[in-house]
Amino acid sequence: MTNQGWVFVTIIGMLVVTYLPRVLPLWLFSSRSLPPLVIAWLRYVPVAVLSAMLLPSLVLDEGRFSLGGNNLYFWAAVPTFFVAWKTRSLFASVLVGMAIVAGARTLLGIG
Amino acid sequence: MNRTPYSVGSSDRPAWVRGIARAMPIVMGYIPIGFAYGVLAQQAGLSLFNTLAMSALVYAGSSQLIAAGLFAAAAPALSIIATTFVVNLRHMLFSAALSPYLKGWRKWELAVFAYELTDESFALHSVRFASGIHSKIEAGALNLTAQLSWIVGTWLGAVVGGRIADIRPWALDYTLSAMFIALLVMQIKHRLEVIVALLTGILAVALARWGVGQWSVILATVTGATIGVALEHLQVKRDTGQDTAQQEGAR
Repeated sequence: MTNQGWVFVTIIGMLVVTYLPRVLPLWLFSSRSLPPLVIAWLRYVPVAVLSAMLLPSLVLDEGRFSLGGNNLYFWAAVPTFFVAWKTRSLFASVLVGMAIVAGARTLLGIG
Repeated sequence: MNRTPYSVGSSDRPAWVRGIARAMPIVMGYIPIGFAYGVLAQQAGLSLFNTLAMSALVYAGSSQLIAAGLFAAAAPALSIIATTFVVNLRHMLFSAALSPYLKGWRKWELAVFAYELTDESFALHSVRFASGIHSKIEAGALNLTAQLSWIVGTWLGAVVGGRIADIRPWALDYTLSAMFIALLVMQIKHRLEVIVALLTGILAVALARWGVGQWSVILATVTGATIGVALEHLQVKRDTGQDTAQQEGAR
């Protein structure tokens, strides 16, 4: 038995702790000029954070390092990187990546 | 098929249409993941109202999936909220990174924009804003489309979840990984960024393996960006010591 009222109160708490980190830096920093060093640092954040989220999802399979043939996420990433680099197209990259994963699963029974 | 990432959006179509069009890769990823969350939340015993309320109010994928698991395990409210805080703290970096581009925006506009800031919308906005385009309507339409697709996916999972066959053959679980790959490649404009991407990625893998858990993304990102700035300074120093003409190619 779950108390739905208590669940909703918890969700409100989740809202507060999620929203504050989303809004406070924008509010505090967008109205002033930041030091050039901070701006330079912030410019590296997108590249760094994308890589920090992406690479573990590609090379870790249920928490263990794996570049084996069964790790479809990693092997599909290789041609996806190539297509992204050559075409610079978001749609082409996403379609190629998904087509490879779908193909490997339905035709080869991998992953 | 269009050659450039934003040719879908760079035509003379209205800004809100461009925003919706640019959100489509996110939609393709959010509907199945929202679906998975909807199924799990129902299994965890959340009512339909609370299942949808979390997608409408919290709107942060991985933390919602984790919370569904914690609710199922009857974890105390405070531990669920604390976990959510740690998992979602990375948004602080997104918000800070976008702030230099949004100087002209009013406080309430920033408040609305920040509400729908996610990993995926951040990645699209950062590429877009860096290219000099900061349309409020386009950004808002993109955000709204993305969150609507998240809520629709949640609703589908909650209502029809048990009756849908396996979606894995459609590879929908790979959409966001493929999108991150493309966005990462688009972010990279010079060699230093390749180094930062590689070092940060390897560090994130190592931290995740060492069981740092939810902190690994934040720790790796902060370290990686700091290394980037440090290398940039070293490079500038070295170049000014040599031929100044080389600086042009450096950054």
